[in-house]
Amino acid sequence: MSRIEKRFAECKAAGRPALVTYVMAGDPDLATSQAIMEALPQAGSDIIEFGMPFSDPMADGVAIQLGGQRALAAGMTLRGVLGMVEDFRRKDETTPIVLMGYYNPIYSFGVDRFLAAAKEAGVDGLIIVDLPPEEDAELCIPALRAGINFIRLTTPTTDDRRLPAVLKNTSGFVYYVSMTGITGAAIKSRAAVGEAVARIKSHTDLPVAVGFGIKTAEDAAEIGRHSDGIVVGTVLVEAVAGSLVDGKASDRTVAAVRDLVASLAGGVKRARG
Amino acid sequence: MTSTGINSLRNGPDEEGRFGLYGGRFVAETLMPLILDLEAHYRAAKVDPAYLDEIKTLATHYTGRPSPLYFAERLTNHLGGAKVWLKREELNHTGSHKINNCLGQILLAKRMGKTRIIAETGAGQHGVATATVCAKFDLPCTIFMGATDVERQKPNVLRMKMLGAEVRPVTAGAGTLKDAMNEALRDWVTNVDTTYYLIGTAAGPHPYPEMVRDFQSVIGTELKQQFQEAEGKLPEAVVACVGGGSNAIGTFHAFLDDPEVKLYGAEAGGHGIDTENGHAASMTGGRPGVLHGNRTYLLQDSDGQILEGHSISAGLDYPGVGPEHAFLHDSKRVTYAPITDKEALDAFQLLTRTEGIIPALESAHGLAQVMKIAPAMGKDTSIVLCLSGRGDKDVESVGNYLGLL
Repeated sequence: MSRIEKRFAECKAAGRPALVTYVMAGDPDLATSQAIMEALPQAGSDIIEFGMPFSDPMADGVAIQLGGQRALAAGMTLRGVLGMVEDFRRKDETTPIVLMGYYNPIYSFGVDRFLAAAKEAGVDGLIIVDLPPEEDAELCIPALRAGINFIRLTTPTTDDRRLPAVLKNTSGFVYYVSMTGITGAAIKSRAAVGEAVARIKSHTDLPVAVGFGIKTAEDAAEIGRHSDGIVVGTVLVEAVAGSLVDGKASDRTVAAVRDLVASLAGGVKRARG
Repeated sequence: MTSTGINSLRNGPDEEGRFGLYGGRFVAETLMPLILDLEAHYRAAKVDPAYLDEIKTLATHYTGRPSPLYFAERLTNHLGGAKVWLKREELNHTGSHKINNCLGQILLAKRMGKTRIIAETGAGQHGVATATVCAKFDLPCTIFMGATDVERQKPNVLRMKMLGAEVRPVTAGAGTLKDAMNEALRDWVTNVDTTYYLIGTAAGPHPYPEMVRDFQSVIGTELKQQFQEAEGKLPEAVVACVGGGSNAIGTFHAFLDDPEVKLYGAEAGGHGIDTENGHAASMTGGRPGVLHGNRTYLLQDSDGQILEGHSISAGLDYPGVGPEHAFLHDSKRVTYAPITDKEALDAFQLLTRTEGIIPALESAHGLAQVMKIAPAMGKDTSIVLCLSGRGDKDVESVGNYLGLL
């Protein structure tokens, strides 16, 4: 059983959805980012989505764009992201880590070399925004062969006809993007999210996590009622941004993220209550 | 159409939208159903005589096609070698080749029932052409343009606004074409139901590179026939500037299977190819990567982060290139060469003074390439340049460079 499967099973047994937290690797600097990452599990994060910064994040809103720019300006690289995961794994053997980002840095690094290094570092899954099923031969199939989950985004535009193709090589969990749009926009209809999750679940046994537009513990509780997990990202990256002094980490930076995650963790616990 | 045998270079792309290694559909899932739908609509339109007739009628009476093929006699005498010919795309309505593609795509958007148009623009030529067809077909449009480009191409910004377009300056990154394209993609992913993304160059996810090439191929097809009528043969060389590469692929495509015709693409060499991040010559100075929906040659650092690049010409200031050019570069059918800012400025002035034609800075890159090779060619040979745009938009920035203002 993979770390991801195990974690979803544990949350299910505890009668609550999983809290998946996204933070940008290297934002605002390597040491602070490492401290944030290490604080996440204790604050109540079940799965860590770790953003690989990219110069041209076409599917991200302003908050995550700026987070990526801060990370790149502070010198983060793909090699650096893997190094952070490796350090994290020395202290935490169980929290699943999913790398999220865009394909070019991986392609540039070399797919086989990247997969070997990611496996070695302790990466459990990948979410690559610009690799739809039509391009599965690029990274998805090699990742599955290397024993790394490939988690796919499904969206409101993924209809029943297309869903089987999207789910075919998906593993770990399904990430339902609750709206057409970029990260950080506001969620439109919570009822529609419930229906969409039910529709996906009629096609797959994989857990379904919902993301895009979840900002508060209340959102977490409500969306969590309809799903196996919720993904929170933009507000955490905004918490980092809001804590900076003159663009640099302050003594509040790690706490700002930790406190928000703790509050969201309270939300997921109330989801089925 | 000439024959397209099994070894033809004109068969691409394949069903996956690939030209060899390049091209593809590297987009977010939200856009994927849309791109498949677009492809299906384009396949149907392409064989619909009513659609093709409408394009032809508009090309004749709205754009002013065919564009003339002009023998530049004083320029020829000045260079002292091959006869230099200009394919006058700058005489098209709106002042460049961009209108050829915009008419084809807006008719497609109409067929698809889309009610809003978005586009990216660098020099503003594509933005103006898009705003123009949107005015004509009564569709609201939003043009994304880098803030730096808004500043250096003011006349085109004004034209777009007068035509009724909303111009959204993009401040992310260096505020140039790449950043405008990111922002257009973000808008598209948010407004998928209503919005048609009218991409201006032969790049992006499949089917855009193929579709834009098809709409621009009229350039080379006309040129081939016009030259045949004038000289009774094929030209020895054909030259075009390459940013994303739509005028170039449109010019080259008809000649790909005529190996006796040498093809040259002029890339933006900026401050020089050895200046790090100081040029926009993605094939000469980049390596394959994935951006904006396709795999192609990209300017990037060792970590795969995309560089901004630099060119005096806003229309060439893009770190990538259309995937078919990447393929033609690898196959060596086309020779791509960098032209520096300075060489382009010299060419700009030469054409203005010898022929009384003010070229766009983009097209001036092509002319600079002509200036390099024409003198060594025999007087009985011919070289044709696609003069893709006129330079009205550039007079202020060139005036600044030359200290005339």
